This record gives sequence, C-alpha cells and structure tokens, in this order.
Amino acid sequence: MNAIIFSAILGVVMMFTGIFTDKKPVITLTAIISLIVLLTVNLLNSYGLFSIQIDTKDLLHFNKLGLFFNTLMIAATLIFVLLSGSEIEKISNKTADFYALIFFVLCGTAILTSYNGMLMLFLGIEILSIPLYILTGSDKHNLKSNEASLKYFLMGSFTTGIMLMGIALLYGATGTFGMASVGTGALPPSSGVQGPAFLQVAGLLLLFAAMCFKVSAAPFHFWTPDVYDGAPSVFTSFMATIVKAAGFFAFIKLFASNASLLGPTWNILLSFVIIATLLAGNITAVFQRSIKRMLAYSSIAQVGFMLFALYSNNDLGTEGILLYTVAYSLATIGFFAILMKVKDYTFDGFNGLGTTQPVLAFVATICLLSLAGIPLTAGFFAKYYMLASVVKAGGPLWMVIVAVLFAAVSAYYYFKVIQAMYFKEGQPETTEITGGFKFGLLLVAAAIVLVGVLPSIVLNCFYF
Amino acid sequence: MITLLLILTPLVAGLIAFVLKQGNSAKTFALLASIATLAIALVAVFTTGEIGYDAAWLNNLGSRITLKADGMAKMLSLLTAVSFPLIFTAVYNNEYKNAASFYGLMLLSQAGLMGVFLASDALLFYFFWELALIPVYFLCSIWGGEKRIAVTFKFFVYTFIGSLLMLIGLLFMYFNTADQSFSLQSFYAVKLTAQQETIMFWLFFIAFAIKMPIFPFHTWQPDAYEQSPTATTMVMSGIMVKMGVFAVIRWILPMFPNAAAQSANLVIILSIIGMIYASLIAIRQDDIKRMIAYSSIAHIGLMSAAMFTNNQTAMDGVMIQMFSHGVNVIGLWIIADLIEKQLGTRNMSQLGGLAQKAPVMAILLVIMALANVALPLTNAFIGEFLMFNGLFQYNMVMAAIAGISIILAAVYTLNMVQRVIYGELNVITEKATDIPLNVKLALVIITLLVLVFGVFPQPLLNLTGDSVSALFVKK
Repeated sequence: MNAIIFSAILGVVMMFTGIFTDKKPVITLTAIISLIVLLTVNLLNSYGLFSIQIDTKDLLHFNKLGLFFNTLMIAATLIFVLLSGSEIEKISNKTADFYALIFFVLCGTAILTSYNGMLMLFLGIEILSIPLYILTGSDKHNLKSNEASLKYFLMGSFTTGIMLMGIALLYGATGTFGMASVGTGALPPSSGVQGPAFLQVAGLLLLFAAMCFKVSAAPFHFWTPDVYDGAPSVFTSFMATIVKAAGFFAFIKLFASNASLLGPTWNILLSFVIIATLLAGNITAVFQRSIKRMLAYSSIAQVGFMLFALYSNNDLGTEGILLYTVAYSLATIGFFAILMKVKDYTFDGFNGLGTTQPVLAFVATICLLSLAGIPLTAGFFAKYYMLASVVKAGGPLWMVIVAVLFAAVSAYYYFKVIQAMYFKEGQPETTEITGGFKFGLLLVAAAIVLVGVLPSIVLNCFYF
Repeated sequence: MITLLLILTPLVAGLIAFVLKQGNSAKTFALLASIATLAIALVAVFTTGEIGYDAAWLNNLGSRITLKADGMAKMLSLLTAVSFPLIFTAVYNNEYKNAASFYGLMLLSQAGLMGVFLASDALLFYFFWELALIPVYFLCSIWGGEKRIAVTFKFFVYTFIGSLLMLIGLLFMYFNTADQSFSLQSFYAVKLTAQQETIMFWLFFIAFAIKMPIFPFHTWQPDAYEQSPTATTMVMSGIMVKMGVFAVIRWILPMFPNAAAQSANLVIILSIIGMIYASLIAIRQDDIKRMIAYSSIAHIGLMSAAMFTNNQTAMDGVMIQMFSHGVNVIGLWIIADLIEKQLGTRNMSQLGGLAQKAPVMAILLVIMALANVALPLTNAFIGEFLMFNGLFQYNMVMAAIAGISIILAAVYTLNMVQRVIYGELNVITEKATDIPLNVKLALVIITLLVLVFGVFPQPLLNLTGDSVSALFVKK
C-alpha cells in the first residue's frame, strides 16, 4: 500500500514544485529525492517494517513478488531519472509536470503489481496509460510527437474498451470481479450449461487481446514503432522498460491462474503469439535505418522472449521475468541515455563513436551485448531463464529452437550499432557529456556485467 | 589451483593490457604474460594425474566453477600456452593501431580458450565458449582487411547460432540430470531415449561442426581467415578450430555414444567430402592465406572423420594431430604474414625466387610445407598415419577416398613452395630481405616442435593416453 499512497502524494508534490521554482535542476533533484523516498517506503513495506494498512476488501493483495517487482520498477525509474533527467528538462519548461506524470505512472505500476481483481487491473492499466498519452505528446511543437500521442491515445482507448468488454463478460459469467473466481468459481465447460463457460472464454480472450496490446505483442503491436519513434526519446526509454514490464507483470498474473480455463487452446494461442511477436519484431528491426526505430521493433522482439514466462508458468519463469526486467531495463535505459546524446539517430550517426567517445561506446556495447543475450552480461541469464523455463515446462523444442534462431537475428541489428561505433570511421556529433553522466553509465555497465556473472544477486534479494 | 591460474593469468593480464599506454609497453606486457601462462601450463603438464579446481558459483542453478585437466585438456592448454608467445614474438614488429586494446583482446581470447579446454561444468563451458568468440570478433573487425566487417559478422552469426543451439541442448540435458546439475559427470550419466539422443546429438554437433568447420558449415572460414589480422588468424586456425574437435571428444562422444555411432557414417562422409572439396579449391588458390585456410579445412576434416570411427588408434592420432596441426599452421601463417608485410602481396602469381633473397625463410617454409603434407619425420605424419589407420579399419573405401587428399595436399603445398621461393625474381620480390630475428626465433621453435614430435611422439601420446582410454573404457 505504501507505494500506491506515496507515489500519488509525491506526484502531487512534484506538480507543486513547478509553482514554487522555475529552476529545472532543483525540480529534477526533488524528483530524485522523492524517488528515493518512494523506494525506501516500498522496501520497508517489502520487509514488513513499515506499512500503511487500508482495508481494500481484498481488491488489492500485496505479496512478496509484487512488492519486489515494484521495487525493481522504482529503482529502474531512479536510474532512468539519474541518467536522463537532464533530457527531460530539455523538452519544455513543464518539467515538474512531466515528473508528476512519471509518479502517477508509478502509482499505476504499484496497483498492477498488487491487484487482486478485474476492477483494480482496469484502474491500474488506466492510471498507467493516461499519463503516458500525455508524455508521448509532450514535445508539443513536434508533429511526430503529436501524431504518436494521438495514435497511442486512440488505439489505447479502443483497447481499453475491449478490455472492459472482456471484464464485463467475465463478470456476467461469474458474478464477481475477483481473480480467483474467474478460473474456479464458474461452471466447468463440461457441465452442459454452455452459456457462462462461453462467456468466460470470450471474456478471457478479449482480455488476452487487450493485454497483448499493452505489452505490444503481435499481432497487436502496430502502434509500438510509431509511438516509440514519435515520443521524445527520453520517454520512449521509460515506456519501453518500466511501463512495459509493469504491463507484463499484470499480464502474467492475470493468466497464470486463468489460462487453464482455455484448455489446450491456450498453448496453441500463446505459441502463435510468441512466434508472431518474435517474427514481427526481429525481421522488421533488421531493416530499420534509425536506431530509435530499430529499438522500438527490438523491444517487440524482446516481448516475444518475455512471453515464454507466461507459457511456462513455473518458478523458473517467475525468476526469469524478474531477471529479464532487470537486464532489459538496465540495458535499454543505458542505451537510450547514450542515444539521446548523439545527434543523429541513424546507424551512420554512430560511426566512429568508439574513437570520439570511448566511454559511451563501451557502455553502449555492453548494453547491446546484453540485449543480444551474450554470456557475461545480464541479458544472457534473462534469456537463459526464459528458455530453461520452457524446456522445464516440457514446451515444444521446436519453439525454443525458433526462438534462439530469432535471437541470432537480433544479434544482427544490435551488432550493426557496434560495427558502426568501432569499425567505421566518422565524427559523430554529440551533445555535451559530463563526467557524472559517464560515471553513471559505467555503473550501469558494471551492474549489467555483475548480474551477468552472478544472477543470484537479483534473485537472492527476492528470496531474502 | 593451477588450472584456475591458467585462465586467470591471461584474463587479468588482458584486462590490465587495456589500460596500458599505447605502443610498446602493451606488446611487451602481453608477451611476458603469455610466457607466464606457458610456464604455468608446463607445470600443469608435468603434474601427473588429473588436476582440478572447484568453487561454488550458481548454487540455485546447479552450476559450479569446476575445472579439470585430464591429458587431453592439458595437451590443449599447452598448445594454447605455447601458441600465444609464438604469435606475440612473430608479430612483435607489427604496428597495430590501439595496440593496447589489440593485445588485451588477444589475451582475453586466450583466457576463453583455456576455459573451454578446462571447464568441467556445462554452463561454465558455454560461458568460455562465447568468451573466446567475442574478443576474436572484435579483433577481426577492427584490425582486419578491407571486407572485414561483413566477413567477421558472418563468422559471428554462424558461431552464435551454433552456440544457441548448443544452449538448448545443454538445458535439455540439465533437466534430465538426476541431481539438476551442470557438472560433466551428471551429464554423462543422463539416460536418454534413442530419439532424444539423436536430437541432442545434432544440437551439439552443429555448434561444434561450425567451429571446426566441417563441410557444409565451413563457408565462413576462408573469408574470415583471409580478412583477419594474421595474429588473430593464427589463434583461430591454430587453436579455435580445436575447440570444435575437443568439444566433440569431451562432450558428444561420451554423452551420446549411440547417436554418435549411428550418425558416424554421415559425419565421416561429410568430413571426407569436405577434405576433397577443400583440397581441390586449395589447388586453385592464388592467395597464400586462402590456400592455407582451405588446407586447414582438409586437415580438420580428417580429424573429424577419425573421431567418429570409434577406434582407439584413430583417437590417438586425433590427439597428436590437434597439437601438431596447431603448431604447423601457425608456422605457415607466420611465413605468410612475413611475406605480406615485406612485399605487400600474398598472391603467389606475383611472387617467386624468394630463396635467393631470403634463404633462411625458404628453408623454414619448406619445413612447414613438408609438415603440412605430413611427410614422415614431421609431427603431422604420426597423427595422420594413426588416423588413416583407424579410418582404414572402419571402412576401406572411405579411407581410400580420404587418402586422395594427401596427394592433393602435396600438390597444393609444394606448388605454393615452388611458386613462392623458386623461379625468377621479379620487381616485387627484388625488395625481399631475410627474416627478422623475432620471426626467426618463433619459427625455429616451431621447427623444433615439428621435428622433435615427428621423431619422438611418445610423450604426447602418453599425455593424452588417459583421456583416450577413458573414452573407450566407458563403452
């Protein structure tokens, strides 16, 4: 409960800082302090030292996994603000509002990690999404940003409708918004009464489609490239990591207990979505000329891998999704922070970065190796756990083989950046880079390698 | 502890090399570090019995840092340890831009190679397998030839796909172990159904076949060898290809004996096709580096065919040949590099008459060439003889066809010798001078290795004897 209450309060606090000061660094500093406060209260909650209790009539249910995941999200946001806070300041003079919106998004993630009923799921998704529509369009004099925002808003609202429809059907079938009742309380499909079972299946399928949209899994991924490309890079980084991971967590939580209702169809449906996501993301990413757009498609491809956790639905899958979130967030936030410093977002814009900015290029390389899943980086263990969980769950070997072949394809476009940085000549233009920024980047790289050698660090935190 | 030092010395030295000042300090440092590694490897070789190291790593995954050095691992660590000082000596005069990074990456790749040979834990093995690849990828792409980016990327993607397939295999095996562990012993003990065994065999084999490379997975190899800086080519062809051979012997043969026996015919036929095919192409090459590259495919083909004959004599031959081929091919590359550095060309059609200008080089080249043809008294003869012996027992026709490759090897190698060092001097070769001291030193050491093991191979056979007999006792 701590995180929900504090993120909402701190969001309001952030709004008011905008009234009292115009100094952007002060606002950023306030945001950083607020995030640390938020992180602390959430940690206190996780270890049961201090928690605000409110009777939510079991609409929210706080468990260790959810709280830990929330910690990861807040920590990722903190790293994100530390590295890219200066970029948020550059967008316009509404800095305080942007930070406020980020806190509201975190409120949404806190609800999504603890929801225990359809109603809260819906609220969480909406609290998460609405600030994002605004953040996407925050660069209001840029047409692409406007377009992205409108597109995201229209598509997002439409999906919200689908989701509500799904929830309504489930409610009609079971008579409750509760989670447990979705799968168990209803009449079994074999009872001869076709009505409720059919409603349930239809409701679940609609929910599935809506959640696929939120995490940008194929074939509901079409909004992603345009929105990620059009939004200011700094918010793309935020959306592609923290927001997506939170959506994912909700997705898995929702279907971990209910998937059985769909019977064997579920595995077929999910394998189709996984393969389609891997295919759409990877193959399209290969052909991009803008690195930002490539990252948008590659984030779709990464979703394909994350969906394995949903497929396997076992302990390795849970650990895997935690590791994946850490690995993917670190690498993406780190790489986006570097991308924003380079003026030209095309692959050619990175030519020769290894010579002109060795630190940036080095950290970018570590991030890209991690995204590609090369051993000794966090990304390897993320992928490893995903594959292991499917093999353990007895999933079809062909699907795993297809997945690793796509992982090899992903190496192609990630390595294209490395090739540009180190093997090609050029004088890339960069904005001013401070020593502190470089230091922060090196810490991110060190964290990626550390998790890559000892993934138990992350998992021990979870089990502690 | 010794085994751990074998990996840590190059690893730490490699990391230190990165922060050294550019220029001479890095190469001297790298040379000294590699000599230190050699000293440790010699200690390891002369320690009798199996040596090892074991420490906790990923407890909840059942993976430990387990290193074990039996005879085969000792032999290959020795090869790795011998090769690097030789390479560093031979290229001592070459100027590399960002020399510190160059030598740092070279040492890192050495650490990866040592790890591959010593790891006795599947996940650790996988880590080192990749650790050996990544530095080489950067080495080739930064310091390589004109077409380096595309070519090394092809090499990278090939091996990366192979590694990932192997990773699936590792995972599958892991979940079938009795104690949920990645240790080599648990993997050996896994019982699979015939069908599972066949699938696993191919998942692992493709990874290793790409590395060796075996026909039809070889297409990355000639381009990569040609475009890489020669120092890296030496690492790749001298040692890295042995990773594939080694891995088949260490992992595939004991884990999947039935599938290996079933697929033996197919693998041997593929290997022999590769041998003949590569030899024929080698004859047509004008570029010395490409010729050596194809000749290397042919030699590896013989090794891979011999491995699958399930014959102890042949396996002894493979062991010797892994070492001999590593040393010999590095010798050939050193001379090719020398010629290119001095004369600016590697094309045989533009060379000729070097014997008049560089008599010492000519003599050494002839010795290397004869070793490449596997003439008696050279180290390669013993290995090839034993391997053909085994292949002959397996299938006479196959042995006969494979035997053609010996004749072809003589054709392309001696043709190269003839065109490079004999004949008339021309405008280009006029400029040639004899070899510098450091290269001479490296080549003389290689020559000694060629001749000593050619006459007296027993120490090598004794060293690897335990690994070979362990392989055959198990069945």
